[in-house]
Amino acid sequence: MSTFEKPCGVLGAGSFGTAVANLLAENRDVLMWARRPEVIERMTSSGTLPSRVVGIPGLKEIADGCSLIFVTIPSSDFRSVLQQCAPHLRPDHILIHTTKGLDLSLPEGTSPTEPDRISREHIHTMSEVIRQETVVIRVGCMAGPNLAGEIMAGKPAATVIASKFDEVIEQGVRALRSSRFRVYQNHDITGAELSGVLKNTIAIGSGIVQGMDLGENAQALLITMGLGDMIRLGKVLGSDLRAFMGLAGIGDLIATSHSKASRNFTVGYRIGQGEPLSVILDSMTEVAEGVNTIRIATALARHYKVRIPVISTLHRILFEGLSTTEGVKLLMEHPFDVDAEFF
Amino acid sequence: MSKPQPQPSPFEHIIRDIREWPIYRLSRNRSKFIEEVTKEAFANLSARSNSNTLEEIIAKALYMEQTRIREDHWSIDPRDEKAFWANVKSRLLQAGNGEAKSAQREKLVREIIARYAHEIAGRFKPRTYGFAKKLVRFFFARLLNAPARRGGIRYLVTGKRVSIYDKITLTGPIDSIRSLAKTSTIVIIPTHFSNLDSVVMGWVIEAMGLPAFLYGAGLNLFNIRLLGYFMNRLGAYKVDRRKKNIIYLETLNAYSTLALHRGAHSLFFPGGTRSRSGSIEKKLKLGLLRTTIDAQRRNFSEGDGRKVIIVPAVISYHVVLEAPALIEQFLAATGKERYYSDTDRFSTSYKMARLILRVFAAPSDFTISFGRPMDVFGHSVDDEGQSLDAQGNPIDISRYFMLNGAFHEDTQRDAEYNKLLAQTILSEYYRSNVVLSSHLVAFTAFELFRKQHPRLDLFELLRLPPRECRLSYPLFAETVERLRNRILMIQDEGKVNVSPKMSESIEEVIRYGLRNLGIFHSKRPLLRSRTGDIITRDLKTLYYYRNRLDGYNLHEHV
Repeated sequence: MSTFEKPCGVLGAGSFGTAVANLLAENRDVLMWARRPEVIERMTSSGTLPSRVVGIPGLKEIADGCSLIFVTIPSSDFRSVLQQCAPHLRPDHILIHTTKGLDLSLPEGTSPTEPDRISREHIHTMSEVIRQETVVIRVGCMAGPNLAGEIMAGKPAATVIASKFDEVIEQGVRALRSSRFRVYQNHDITGAELSGVLKNTIAIGSGIVQGMDLGENAQALLITMGLGDMIRLGKVLGSDLRAFMGLAGIGDLIATSHSKASRNFTVGYRIGQGEPLSVILDSMTEVAEGVNTIRIATALARHYKVRIPVISTLHRILFEGLSTTEGVKLLMEHPFDVDAEFF
Repeated sequence: MSKPQPQPSPFEHIIRDIREWPIYRLSRNRSKFIEEVTKEAFANLSARSNSNTLEEIIAKALYMEQTRIREDHWSIDPRDEKAFWANVKSRLLQAGNGEAKSAQREKLVREIIARYAHEIAGRFKPRTYGFAKKLVRFFFARLLNAPARRGGIRYLVTGKRVSIYDKITLTGPIDSIRSLAKTSTIVIIPTHFSNLDSVVMGWVIEAMGLPAFLYGAGLNLFNIRLLGYFMNRLGAYKVDRRKKNIIYLETLNAYSTLALHRGAHSLFFPGGTRSRSGSIEKKLKLGLLRTTIDAQRRNFSEGDGRKVIIVPAVISYHVVLEAPALIEQFLAATGKERYYSDTDRFSTSYKMARLILRVFAAPSDFTISFGRPMDVFGHSVDDEGQSLDAQGNPIDISRYFMLNGAFHEDTQRDAEYNKLLAQTILSEYYRSNVVLSSHLVAFTAFELFRKQHPRLDLFELLRLPPRECRLSYPLFAETVERLRNRILMIQDEGKVNVSPKMSESIEEVIRYGLRNLGIFHSKRPLLRSRTGDIITRDLKTLYYYRNRLDGYNLHEHV
């Protein structure tokens, strides 16, 4: 590696942005942008961020100073930040995002809580938003079981950089790899993005099973069936499935489906314990994305006539008044019993 | 009847002197150009192999070529072909060692490449070009003007719609294309439905006042001697789809890349072959398309800012004469039908000439719709060829070939760019498609037949005797109207175009559609019976024309 490398950019200073900046700082100087720049200052002075990370107030300075930029903006703000950034980006920029979410552009008159007719053209992954809003073509996505707290604590972990472009993967790997952080490569960027989104629904289901105290066998069954749902849906949405079978798919699913740190798992757990959904959602400060993803996934499955027994049962439990006990019964009596029939 | 006069095209030629045309300059230095192509193809080939695999490459090409000569021989194939490959074989078998051997392999590959390059390269001849031009003009004037000499040439500037001889309608940004052709290298990529497409496009390019284009034509067309004679001199280069060995493909790509790099406007059919199903291309062949990106990269890396501009074009016919044979092949290939070996119906000069005559002599018109001119990354361009982002700001696209601020060659990256380009072109095809009334009536009728027989799958439906298919006129008319309105909505969203005829009364749309749909087929795909019902005599051909409106989700509205 050459001694002089351009700094890497990081957009967003949330918990994951901070974790990414930390990883990058092991190899490079980092320019970091936040909506409120004082956040970064506070973190560098408190030692949360190493001194190689410099807070930058302007998106233009980041774009001018860096060729490789990591985008760690939540999906709700993703498009607007990219729009602000767009005038400064050039065709030789490489953007890698870490956002697990979808961008919805529903047809007029459709309620976002009760999506009816939605198809692939109404949902966009974050890399698609980058393509729509900017001139950047070389995009990638970072996905996998990457809980920010564990990375900040210096625990060993791995991630996947997914991109259609070898060049993007290589640049991402060189910037992130270290003795405590492995970086895998995958060309199925759509699959990596979708599995990061869809796994949240299965985490809710897994939480329910644990909340009902049905045991580890049942939990493993649910997760495996759920992976089938994810894969069948991923297929019609344009993934070639490679990502689902790797760290961004199964890997992330395992981590999220067992972790009390996961908001989605917690929602499920409390449902399993008998709390009503409205009470749970009122008591939470942050959004559990999986709840809305269940609605979207169900509508998509209806449109593409894809069988997703786990997610549609979750839909009935969360929104159609089905009891959890009846839900379990429904799944146990599900007529298909071929193992791994999603291939 | 007064003698019809050939009419001048509404467009001035953008370059009057043929000797200034890029294609002429290329052709005048033909042997030098072939030398360069050989050099380029060899360099590309060696870049992806060491001398060990060079031997494998030759052996594989030898095997494939000998198989082709044995099993798929065409009259146009050179006589010394057998001898040439026999010679390759004997030299490949010669023992040798080390450097002498690898030098000998390299020499052998160069010879094969040079042979292919000679075969591919066309010979543009201004004199033949002038002759062909006059002939075609006379032809058009005679055939088109004689029966319907109402309007002559119509050129409606306001509607961006040009009607020539009442028959051929050009739509799209024609003035922009003309302007771009002065500063950039234009690559027109039409959809491919009929063998007539090459002739039509050649004529359209001339009518638009553009210099002749270099175009890739299937070698099979050169089997038709008369056509071959003209095409050879009109700038066509030969693409032999039977040859799939890597040496041939590298030679073909080098030829196209270098020609584009030299600024020769080009035309090729990126679908590779005529649409068998009748639908607009759903997938493109990536090989020749890739050469647009290679040429653009080469321009930039050599400090030449000249742009390669892609112009999609969609040709709409009321009737594709080959339709019955094409759809037969499509159904056979999808595997559920017994295969009917059907020879190409228009494979002799006589038949080809008759085909052209019939199309032009009958009251049938067609439309060529040009799409948005774009750079090789799919960005729109202004009339000077400057790439623009979605907000209309200029973009320096040379930077797509850069990494960390410097030019960097990466074939995997360019291959991905190429796939994206193919996607953009496909969606542009659907946007520029011009829906004719005949497409609409075919789609409506077929979908109604399908609805009448809900238990039958497609192949069972197609096997129904035509007399089992009958629609009452009121039901048919009502459905045509509903779909027409839907199509007009899609047009308002900017996702398709419709012919002006489509806005007339529904009775008129149906009457015109029925009159034109597949008018030359011996069995009419759709007609009105004596009792006024809508009936078919050939369901498969009807299906072919129905497919033209595939991809717009119209069946949901039947």
